[in-house]
Amino acid sequence: MDSVVVTGVGAVTPLGVGARTLSERWSAGVCGIRDGEGACVDFDPGDFLSVKEARRADRFTQLAIAACGEALEDASWGDELPYDPRRVGCVLGTGIGGIATLVNAQDTLRERGPELVSPLAVPLMMSNAGAAAISMRHGLRGPSYSVSTACASGAHALGSGLRMLQTGEADAVIAGGSEAGLAPLARAAFVALDALSSSGISRPFDARRDGFVMGEGAAVLVLERRGPAEERGARVLGTIRGYGSTSDAYHVTAPREDGQGQADAMTAALSDAGLAADDVDYVNAHGTATPLNDRAETQAIKLALGERAHQIPVSSLKSAIGHLLGAAGAVEAVATLLALRDRIAPPTLGFSEREEDLDLDYVGGGARPLQVAEGRKALALSNSFGFGGHNAVLCLEAA
Amino acid sequence: MSTAVTEDQIEKVVVDSLESFGADPDDISRDATLEQLDIDSLDLAELSQIVQERFDVELKGSDVADVKTVDDAIKLIAASV
Repeated sequence: MDSVVVTGVGAVTPLGVGARTLSERWSAGVCGIRDGEGACVDFDPGDFLSVKEARRADRFTQLAIAACGEALEDASWGDELPYDPRRVGCVLGTGIGGIATLVNAQDTLRERGPELVSPLAVPLMMSNAGAAAISMRHGLRGPSYSVSTACASGAHALGSGLRMLQTGEADAVIAGGSEAGLAPLARAAFVALDALSSSGISRPFDARRDGFVMGEGAAVLVLERRGPAEERGARVLGTIRGYGSTSDAYHVTAPREDGQGQADAMTAALSDAGLAADDVDYVNAHGTATPLNDRAETQAIKLALGERAHQIPVSSLKSAIGHLLGAAGAVEAVATLLALRDRIAPPTLGFSEREEDLDLDYVGGGARPLQVAEGRKALALSNSFGFGGHNAVLCLEAA
Repeated sequence: MSTAVTEDQIEKVVVDSLESFGADPDDISRDATLEQLDIDSLDLAELSQIVQERFDVELKGSDVADVKTVDDAIKLIAASV
């Protein structure tokens, strides 16, 4: 089967606008978290959207549209699609959808009455609004939909896009994730779950970690089959070699302590790629900085990779941008692909104090060169795990 | 409601609304069609709410559906106040 390659990437994150900006700043150890949250302060919707488009889109859709524009340009897709529009799909993950719109509509209902609730409330807050906006803006007429598996949404969207190409349902897929959940309501709800960091510092895998820091942003990737992509002269950034998806079937918020469900997803991704633990050069961890996740994930990595787990670097982008929830898996896939291209393991910012049993190489200090066997392409697993026990793992390879 | 509402007042509310919906101010005139201004059914639903709040008139959906130009919108509202 023709492999599925990534020909373009785009991202808007707390580290700035642009996928390369994300990659360069993370590798340089820059932290995009301010005052305990990862906001996209550099993002101005007016740079990407007309007045009409902007007011027809919740922030999570605005972020997705901007990331998509960058990805399509990066893939050298002009105004004319390189494929039959009916054969181009779009899958976008979001955990929450348009929560700011929902809150505003609720305020209007309470303060001004039901007859003044905006007719735009539903089209803005629905979780498929991002996929719909991208489909309309670029004339994509193949399958388009959203996937929602909390913090695994972005990775599940990419996995769905991969399968769409492998089954022949589409010839190209725009896939990614987007989230804009910095509303006080979401914060309060996560605080009530005791999931958020009280220090406001995202310290994955560190003994001092005290929960995740909320972030917002989006990432979009252009997926095509290698043959047609090369035929049209596309530059290939990397390959999605495999995808594994499992469920813990255990608890609505807590991961299985033994990490088995997560490990099974990692094993499934490797198996899907026809590869083994020894082929993995780097793990881009889910690494949320919650006490439970990082312990369970460490267990999972050891279960899935055995001895190899102790030989390779494992790092978390969430140390630099916080947890982008439904966008995280897509943003991390972009960051991982660019790190593989550069053959580096970017750092887990601020990691310095070890906790018992959390004994992997979490790349504290700074970015390091990846050790890749002679003649091979750098390969990574990118982990995403969501509330509800949804596990999605991507196996990514440098071009 | 009040007969004190003038067509000029209505026109101002309509024009301001259309501008806020994203229509190019240079293109807005009484004769301009909603299609030219890229104003669709969702915009008209919003305009109906604004008019209801401002002038306390309820526009009927079937009447709004017949609105083709800026002038049509202003006249429909003027006839309803």
